[in-house]
Amino acid sequence: MTAQAQKTFSLAEAGSMLAFAATALLSLVIAAGSVDQGYTFHALVFAAASVAAIFLIGNRYMARPVSIPLEIDGKPNYNMEPVKFAVWASVFWGVAGFTIGLLIASQLAWPALNFDLPWTNFGRMRPLHTSAVIFAFGGNVLIGTSFYVVQKTCRARLAGEIAPWFVILGYNLFIVVAGTGYLLGITQGKEYAEPEWYADLFLTVVWVVYLLVFLATIWRRKEPHIFVANWFYLAFIVTIAVLHLGNNAAVPVSIYSPKSYIVWSGVQDAMFQWWYGHNAVGFFLTAGFLAIMYYFIPKRAERPIYSYRLSIVHFWALIFLYIWAGPHHLHYTALPDWAQTLGMTFSVILWMPSWGGMINGLMTLSGAWDKLRTDPVLRLMVVSLAFYGMSTFEGPLMSIKAVNSLSHYTDWTIGHVHSGALGWVAYVSFGALYCLVPWLYNRKQLYSNRLVEWHFWVSTLGIVLYISSMWVAGIMQGLMWRAYTALGFLEYSFIESVAAMHPYYAIRALGGAFFVAGSLIMAFNLIMTVRSGEEAEQEPAAALVPAE
Amino acid sequence: MSAYSWLAGFAQTAGLLYFVGMFLAIAAYAFWPRNRARFDEASTIPLRED
Repeated sequence: MTAQAQKTFSLAEAGSMLAFAATALLSLVIAAGSVDQGYTFHALVFAAASVAAIFLIGNRYMARPVSIPLEIDGKPNYNMEPVKFAVWASVFWGVAGFTIGLLIASQLAWPALNFDLPWTNFGRMRPLHTSAVIFAFGGNVLIGTSFYVVQKTCRARLAGEIAPWFVILGYNLFIVVAGTGYLLGITQGKEYAEPEWYADLFLTVVWVVYLLVFLATIWRRKEPHIFVANWFYLAFIVTIAVLHLGNNAAVPVSIYSPKSYIVWSGVQDAMFQWWYGHNAVGFFLTAGFLAIMYYFIPKRAERPIYSYRLSIVHFWALIFLYIWAGPHHLHYTALPDWAQTLGMTFSVILWMPSWGGMINGLMTLSGAWDKLRTDPVLRLMVVSLAFYGMSTFEGPLMSIKAVNSLSHYTDWTIGHVHSGALGWVAYVSFGALYCLVPWLYNRKQLYSNRLVEWHFWVSTLGIVLYISSMWVAGIMQGLMWRAYTALGFLEYSFIESVAAMHPYYAIRALGGAFFVAGSLIMAFNLIMTVRSGEEAEQEPAAALVPAE
Repeated sequence: MSAYSWLAGFAQTAGLLYFVGMFLAIAAYAFWPRNRARFDEASTIPLRED
């Protein structure tokens, strides 16, 4: 057969090369005219990344076959390379983000660790920590698992060839720009939305492509029913897009300046910020990770979801309620009273779908409870549900105005956030990573289950130290701030409450050190699984997958 | 009545009815006897390998 089909540039390949060339040019123009050194640096990073993207697409074109089949021998030709990248990116960012968290926890206990340098002070390192753990670690877990789950549950290859790579690499470029920006002093000062306008614009493009890849994959599904995990992923992607646009409606001073001003003002801006902030918790840190729960727990336990019908009620109730809970961040402020009460009420009602989902996940183990004894990965995921239940009980409690008057602005909030972030989000992510690496690399099992046990116990000890010290510290702060003498004067000066925190800050830093140690054990175990694990033999078809 | 108080009042009453209605519709859809087999089948999607 001599008449081979001619290899040509696809529309996506040619179009994205042109778009990257234009971006490189624009970035160089901005770098030349920039009024800020940090901004010049970012423009050069964008230019270099665009040039690298052009080369990568060109190389890929040379290496790829004429066409990539959607199916091989009737089986979907899954595209797992972007998932592999996301897995290692999340391991890297996880260890980095937890370590920065340990540093800033130690700075609070021992301020000398600020090193008297602008780049390493608490004010700049703190957003670096939150963005690294939430957006870099959590985001890579979400993008990676969503690309895995949507393909497997739709029994279809991921849509697009360039687009999934643009999503995962573009997202990580955004993380690098955001993080280096904080260190250089570029921030718009909105909590969890610190990146400035140009980074936000770039993320918008990445996110729209992410949505399109996800939708197009669902569109070509072989499985008639859209599995519930995909609904949760979709809610996460769509809502984050809406939140991001709403809270970053900013006008730059000039295209040559990193500085921008938000169009909202006063209490409206505060409400937008916490509508965004709380739904980042609800849709980034909850809906997306519930999707992980609904796929990975049944898969790992080899049991069907306990009640699929409950999962439908869970989904709709959760997304309809969460979006209204934001005002509980603004109790006793200029926000109208009725809006505060509304936020509190929805937060309390939210307890129900949260626990419904937790129960659905836990009961999926019915008939397989013995696996908790033998499978430490499943145990990590089940304990994550226990923490989910605990923090979704604590959250509604703290949203009640009377409780909030004690807890707000204290370290109780920090403890609450970390019981959710470390216990729920990180644990279910660790579980997914421990599942994914052997599946993606065709390994029989992890390098060592004993190391997973070590990771589990070391980090659990760390979480317990963290949250219990913050409960004590937070309630003590709240009580000291509101203590009056018999004559009606405040009993304590603010600095006295700061001094009283020292032992609890030290205990919290110790807990953080345990958590970092656990993540290092995981990184070692995952790397060794790929390097020295035994190949699983049940999939001979894997040899037929074309090289990518 | 100011536009603000009209809007706030509307949000507080119509919003309540809308949410209760939505909840009832979703619960009916999820628990409708005829949908049972379809949902039981869907709960095993992760377990089917290829």
